[in-house]
Amino acid sequence: MNFKKAGLDSCPLTLGSTDQSEGSILRSRWFPFFNFAHAQFIFKMAAVQGGMVDAKDELDIKSEPPSDGFGNSNANDGRLLSSSPGAGTGGTATGNNKPAPGPPEEQQTLLAVLQFLKKSKLAESAEILRREAGLPEDALDPKGTDASGSGPGLAAGSGQVDGVDASSLLSRVTVSSSAAAQAPKKAAAGEDQPDVSVVLSAYSQQGDPSLYDAYYSGLKRFIESVLDCHRAELSQLFYPLFVHMYLELVYNNNESVAKAFFEKFSGDQECYYEQDLRILSSLTKKEHMKGNETLLDFRTSKFVLRISRDSYQLLKRHLQERQNNQIWNIIQEHLYIDIFDGMPRSKSQIDAMSGSLAGEARREANKAKVFYGLLKEPEIELPLDDEDEEAENEEGKPKKKKPKKDSMGSKSKKQDPNAPLQTRIPLPELKDSDKLDKIMYMKESTKRIRLGSDNLPSICFYTFLNAYQGLTAVDVTDDSSLIAGGFADSTVRVWSVTPKKLRKVKSAADLNLIDKESDDVLERIMDEKTASELKILYGHSGPVYGISFSPDRNYLLSSSEDGTIRLWSLQTFTCLVGYKGHNYPVWDTQFSPYGYYFVSGGHDRVARLWATDHYQPLRIFAGHLADITCTRFHPNSNYVATGSSDRTIRLWDVLNGNCVRIFTGHKGPIHALAFSPNGKFLASGATDGRVLLWDIGHGLMVGELKGHTDTIYSLRFSRDGEILASGSMDNTVRLWDAMKAFDDLETDDFTAATGHIHLQDNSQELLLGTYMTKSTPVLHLHFTRRNLLLAAGAYNP
Amino acid sequence: LSGSVTMAADREERRFAEVSRDSVKLMAESAGLELGDEVAALLAEDVCYRLREAAQSSAQFMRHAKRKKLTVDDFNKALRWSNVEAICGYGAQDAMLFRSVKEGELFFVEDRDINLIELALATNIPKGCAETMVRGMFTLLSSVVAPCSVPAAVQSLSDDLLKYYQQITRAILGEDPHLMKVKSVSHDLEQLNRLLHMVKSLVQNPYLYLGSYVRSLVSSVMYCILEPLAASINPLNDHWTLRDYAALLLSHIFWTHGDLVSGLYRQILLSLQKVLSDPVRPLCSHYGAVVGLHALGWKAVERVLFPHLPAYWANLQAVLDDYSVSNAQVKADGHKVYGAILVAVERLLKMKALSLPQPAEGCSSSQPGCLAGPMGYRVSSPGLSPPPEPLAEAGLGIASHLQAGGAGCQWEEWSPVPLPAMYSELYSFFGDSLAVRFSTEQSFGGFSPCTPSHFRETRKEPLGHVSNPDTTRKMPQLTANLNISPRQDGSPRTDPPPPSLAATGSVRSLARSSMQRSRASSSRSGQRSIGLSRDVFPKARFTSPHSGPPTFSFVIGGRQMGRRCQGRRPFQTIFVPTPPPPVVLPRVYTHKLPVIGRVCKPLRRWTRSHYSLHLPL
Repeated sequence: MNFKKAGLDSCPLTLGSTDQSEGSILRSRWFPFFNFAHAQFIFKMAAVQGGMVDAKDELDIKSEPPSDGFGNSNANDGRLLSSSPGAGTGGTATGNNKPAPGPPEEQQTLLAVLQFLKKSKLAESAEILRREAGLPEDALDPKGTDASGSGPGLAAGSGQVDGVDASSLLSRVTVSSSAAAQAPKKAAAGEDQPDVSVVLSAYSQQGDPSLYDAYYSGLKRFIESVLDCHRAELSQLFYPLFVHMYLELVYNNNESVAKAFFEKFSGDQECYYEQDLRILSSLTKKEHMKGNETLLDFRTSKFVLRISRDSYQLLKRHLQERQNNQIWNIIQEHLYIDIFDGMPRSKSQIDAMSGSLAGEARREANKAKVFYGLLKEPEIELPLDDEDEEAENEEGKPKKKKPKKDSMGSKSKKQDPNAPLQTRIPLPELKDSDKLDKIMYMKESTKRIRLGSDNLPSICFYTFLNAYQGLTAVDVTDDSSLIAGGFADSTVRVWSVTPKKLRKVKSAADLNLIDKESDDVLERIMDEKTASELKILYGHSGPVYGISFSPDRNYLLSSSEDGTIRLWSLQTFTCLVGYKGHNYPVWDTQFSPYGYYFVSGGHDRVARLWATDHYQPLRIFAGHLADITCTRFHPNSNYVATGSSDRTIRLWDVLNGNCVRIFTGHKGPIHALAFSPNGKFLASGATDGRVLLWDIGHGLMVGELKGHTDTIYSLRFSRDGEILASGSMDNTVRLWDAMKAFDDLETDDFTAATGHIHLQDNSQELLLGTYMTKSTPVLHLHFTRRNLLLAAGAYNP
Repeated sequence: LSGSVTMAADREERRFAEVSRDSVKLMAESAGLELGDEVAALLAEDVCYRLREAAQSSAQFMRHAKRKKLTVDDFNKALRWSNVEAICGYGAQDAMLFRSVKEGELFFVEDRDINLIELALATNIPKGCAETMVRGMFTLLSSVVAPCSVPAAVQSLSDDLLKYYQQITRAILGEDPHLMKVKSVSHDLEQLNRLLHMVKSLVQNPYLYLGSYVRSLVSSVMYCILEPLAASINPLNDHWTLRDYAALLLSHIFWTHGDLVSGLYRQILLSLQKVLSDPVRPLCSHYGAVVGLHALGWKAVERVLFPHLPAYWANLQAVLDDYSVSNAQVKADGHKVYGAILVAVERLLKMKALSLPQPAEGCSSSQPGCLAGPMGYRVSSPGLSPPPEPLAEAGLGIASHLQAGGAGCQWEEWSPVPLPAMYSELYSFFGDSLAVRFSTEQSFGGFSPCTPSHFRETRKEPLGHVSNPDTTRKMPQLTANLNISPRQDGSPRTDPPPPSLAATGSVRSLARSSMQRSRASSSRSGQRSIGLSRDVFPKARFTSPHSGPPTFSFVIGGRQMGRRCQGRRPFQTIFVPTPPPPVVLPRVYTHKLPVIGRVCKPLRRWTRSHYSLHLPL
């Protein structure tokens, strides 16, 4: 905690002024937006923190909430406006002024939170919450007993369970480490955070194990006999039923029956479930079910199926006729069937959308409005080209009253109807240097090459040679002047790819000597002796998996296996802050396009939104069922997209922390995400070698690009969005015609309403080129401001 | 985990490797514990499961490290996050040896002892590995050019070269995509010229490996040489220069990159030959073919142009002899071709003659055997006096000879024609203009110029014509070519003997051997011509009793109008004495020749200026 303070103080030059202004903006505007939903997720976070840390950090966390988080909530108004750290997260508990208990679901959640607070001996906070939420005094007691009595009230039970979980965790860790076995890597951070035993107890009610085979094959026969149009839809049932039946068998110690069951029916499952099936097949003992993540994922989240009403009626009638209660129970308890009216979907339609760990997304999940438009660009007059020198002379005042306006400037005059309010989330004000950079950007963009299917970009490949340590992450600054690599040996290396060398700022003693009034003071503060092409940043204690430059090129973020995210100054080449919170490997991090905020995601299945001057996260986005593998900011900075090992992509609202989109369809962990420059579309790449294109506004999959033969690690749209470049482990860069892919869209109302997409297989038409590297996996792609494509990777002989 | 592990082989077929009960027992024993079978079995199963779990989570670390190879490090990380101690000692990159012990069915990883003392005191300290660095390199260059507008000639280029090409063409031809095709710019000589310069710079770019794309380049250049360009219609356009330049470029490509494509030479020659033998093609194409051949060197001329000449001659003659007004333009073109052929054959003769002494020079160390076959021919053939051929019949006779000998496209049937035969044949076409042009050469090239050993040539050139090769001749001239067998001491030559001459003995033996061969060849080539010979000068005047046949050829050149010679053959006479068959070693005497007209002093013998590629056109 003190770390951040120390870090900031040690570098007054870099953080000083911006810190104050940005910070106050944020805090003054932050508060009004907190609402009920926000409170909800904050408590989810609390649950996560309580339940997920390992033994060592448990103590830290325990001591934290009273001082920072919940303690603040008593005096929230005053504290929030003050500059106390952590106010953003902590104060929200009582920040909502809605006394209404809300729908029953929310009430249950509130009860759960109440329970947690009580367990954590936070009586005061609990009382406040109870009062604010308008819950009766005795709200907790009957519910609590209800939950402990097992049965259907899982959501309510979760609250109670959390408390148990936190305490039991410690003992479990010690036991497991002595047994040389796996400790609980985490208790799942699902929507309703249940304890393993509670989850599994649901499996205890069961019929005759020997009949499982008959049940399943009976259903199989039925589904195979129905009309073709229904068969494809009902076939979706196979996989979740299979898994749950298998797990029931295992849980009830019918190992041999389970094994036989598995062997008989595992071949029927769709090939894209192979990975999960392999994990499942290794699980043959009840004891092993504890702490198995995949199992918990399955149990905690209802597998979502979309089935037309006709098909569903058919299934229901069949099961009722046959008195097949076993299967009916599973469907009732573990499956969520999203019934829609209309034509049943075809096999290809279903296949396109399925493949995720927990089935498809519910339709409601993608109904929220997303403001995907771009923010208005700040009005900066672009100096005429022939006055370049003049502009340089008057560096201080780039705002000149000139009649000439850049085309972009005039375009951004009109507010995009789909854009969020300019002030929806507070953004840092532009500094003079930022304005200069914007001017540079506009100038460069006038020289930009217009790309298209008949005019492909040139590709320049930056090869990391002698990278024996293992290159794990690459990033390039927006102006393409610096390139940074994160390495498995915990170092971060920054290279200058222009002739301009990297220089440190002089030491404090030397800084006192320079003439602060001189015009070239910015030049004078730099220490020429330190000029070099490469700077190495030491600090992490594990491989650096994610790396991101700030838009103003003053900072660099790195996320590492050691569970921390570090902020580095590119002026002093020292570490400024270490952000702790994930506690597990952090797979990715990225700066907001406007700076100041950044997002991170990791093994703990949550993504966090941070501000550089807060050592606590501002938002925690929880909901993924497996590791978050990649994180991206929307160009308007109001949304964050996360890709996960659960094979889904989620879009989160930065303002309220809600999940506003869930995209399913990938058949493997997602490792690359890219927003189109207009903010309307999202491209994602996964280990299955496919790139999927998504329409954010409608929440639909709009394209599939097949061609890569290995994991896609990088995706990037050209500056004007005409070309999508994808880089992969298969040592190729491929260019796709994004214009065509998005132009061909048929977004009629029906498709938009039902979410049923018809994808034509036109990957070959959209593929504009495949470019081999010399056994160099492509880890990063970047379009320069003039649309030259830069690719980077380490030579891997 | 780090101990020996026996793999269960006899267990039922499963999807996973398993740790057997026995292994667990063994492990327990090594830890000083006694385990029951049941416990061991349960433990084994659990160990398997935990191992699989760890393997799965370690795969995640591998994926995020963007590798395809799972390392021990990944596994250790997975263990660490499961609160299990990491395993040590397996971090090395090299593969671990997995050994088996037969009697015990025991498998283990070999773990060699390392002598730390040796390691510490080792003097050969390994060098640090090279520094990590970033290097930029273009994978793809592209331009605004649409792929469809790429000329067919270069469509077979690889993608990036294609882009490179497009980039260059764009730079040269400007932005208009319609100019991209060579054909579409064939009306614009400027563009074509620039294109050719581009090709040249491509070829000269040492960083560009053209590989098999040389072929495409060559075909582009060939297009410029051979095609009847749209620009050629206008007589004011100087497409000739373009063709000349393209031909030079072709030879440049060939000499620098010819080794990259097998059979390129042959292909070029064949296509040139095709053009040449196609009478339908316009004269400018023929011109291109001739200059192309010429640029490829005298051998190409010898192989293609020379055999074709008789057939082609008839066409050309027809064009040249048509004095009608409508034919004026064509006729002018015809003269161009004529001039080009003339230059080509001149060089052919010159180089051919020049090549003669080379082997002799090389073999001066008395090794007759080293004379290669074709060289032997060349060496020997001038030794014979070529049969003088009457002008009237020469065309016919040689034409028939050539038809038999390989005038067609049959490449393989080609055999070198002896120099004198060639000369006389060529002479039959060109008449004195051939000789005259010889005489006007700066170099002493004419006809076997620098013969260090076997043959000498005295050459009389009209004074005053040495320095201005392009002047039109008005005066009749006499050129005498005298081939004299080497004889150092007895030679009455005014010139000093060549310094490179070796001992006489060796020369003699060499000469003898060559004579033997030449006899054979003379009997072949002489069959037809002996009867036709027309002796003008008594041979006795030039042959000494015991000498072999010195070869004299007198050429009296008449009015020569340079390139545009209207009187191609105003008058010409050749006097070549037929020598008796050689009996002994040829002896050489040089005589002052009676000369009609002026006689110039023989030029310096060893001048090498005939190597110059410059050929006045």
